[in-house]
Amino acid sequence: MSNAVYAPGIGGTVSVSARSPRHTALVRVTHWITTLGFAALLVSGIEIVVSHPRFYWGEEGNVGTPALFALPIPSSRHLVPTGYNYVLPDQNGWSRALHFQAAWVVLLTGLIYVISGLRTRHFSRNLFPAQADVSWRSIAKIIANDLRFRRPDEAEAWSYNVLQRLTYLVVIFGLFPLVTWTGLAMSPGFVSAFPITVTALGGQQSARTIHFFVSVLLVLFLLAHVAKVIIAGFKKRTFAMITGCAGAPEGDA
Amino acid sequence: MSRLSRRKLITTGLGAMAGASGLAFAARLAARYGLIPPDHGGLYGPGETLTYAAQRLLTRHSLAREFPRNLISKAPFANGAPPKDDAYQRAKAASFADWRLTVDGLVANPASFSLAELRSLPARSQITHLACEEGWSFIAEWIGVPLSHILQVVGAAPQARYVFYFSIQQYWWDSVDMADALHPQTLVTYGMNDGDLPPGHGGPIRLRVPRQLGYKSVKYLTRLTVADSVKGFGQGLGSSAPEGGYAWYAGI
Repeated sequence: MSNAVYAPGIGGTVSVSARSPRHTALVRVTHWITTLGFAALLVSGIEIVVSHPRFYWGEEGNVGTPALFALPIPSSRHLVPTGYNYVLPDQNGWSRALHFQAAWVVLLTGLIYVISGLRTRHFSRNLFPAQADVSWRSIAKIIANDLRFRRPDEAEAWSYNVLQRLTYLVVIFGLFPLVTWTGLAMSPGFVSAFPITVTALGGQQSARTIHFFVSVLLVLFLLAHVAKVIIAGFKKRTFAMITGCAGAPEGDA
Repeated sequence: MSRLSRRKLITTGLGAMAGASGLAFAARLAARYGLIPPDHGGLYGPGETLTYAAQRLLTRHSLAREFPRNLISKAPFANGAPPKDDAYQRAKAASFADWRLTVDGLVANPASFSLAELRSLPARSQITHLACEEGWSFIAEWIGVPLSHILQVVGAAPQARYVFYFSIQQYWWDSVDMADALHPQTLVTYGMNDGDLPPGHGGPIRLRVPRQLGYKSVKYLTRLTVADSVKGFGQGLGSSAPEGGYAWYAGI
């Protein structure tokens, strides 16, 4: 079970080089571009929310209308009543520019990832779970292991368990499309051409509120994802996502 | 190994060259069809350009949503008080009787309209959403003259590419391209919800551009200038917004 023999380029390389990398180059590159883009979206998104930390439902909402809820934080605009007697520095200018530029980067990267993933059967091979695995029992077992912060065994470095597969699928085909849609539904230009994209959500303010909650879910995913990487071995897993090498060669496991 | 990497190198190189020349070609095409915004330079220029180009391809003739009367906001938020300076206060005290909207630049007949003259032109009323870049919004009925009609009256030159507009608040000025200037919903607004346009909302006149965020709807309108270039207006970025870090095109 030891992986000490692993020494690329020196010994035992037959099985290593014959094996395809843990992550393909395309997955690795799109992963890190998305990481940077998401970080930019998150920071700029927080700055934008701070200028009006109140949320509404329907078409309209402003300080003269009741809020669905308000974040308990100060605002960067003096006309928003927050209960705090100070105003944060206003950073909306660069934040908005960065937000939309990063959105383009993440959107185009995501499209490349999804199209190539369909072509190379990445999703069906690596992410769609085997039917036998999709049971409450196996999922409950994984969650129990995760909650005990149990380090996964080496075999798991080469594959995803059913809970990981389902989570990735929800993030890739659920949350990212939804956060893009709700973002576009706030754009007055975009919805003039495609009004259904905002009316289907119940209005422009509903779109903003959903956009916020989907972003929160994406942040929760990010936290769980990083936590799992740390538990599994931060250096090794991060190395695998950068170089493609997963560590233990086949003969070893 | 080396043969493989050489082949890879060549294909990657060819791909990069094709990509670069493709981009250069796309840039020339985009410039020709007016898909490059005045604030296309700088760190965030690529994002601004992509957004503007994509929206101009998709939304050139699309109409902003209009709403039924029962959705008119009971709390239309004015976002700040009207100007406190003398010129505005005196005009307000005189019920804006002397307020004028000057139209100049690349026009056959430069003109200056009083409020009464604007009201005598064909009016349009529409119930649209006003959304601020901060995130809040309201719905109101806006009544005014389509900007396209004013441009027709003064005879805007065919080479016109932008209409600049200025306010009694000198720091707030902007411009729209001809797609928005000639758009039927772009209104020189003097009325709101069946009454005069209140001072808080930009009265006596405000330019409403409902397919863009609220800051493009400049309040206290005093002058329109038709131009074929953004050069010579401020820093040449098309409006005061990019000078403060905001996008010239606010259709997002």
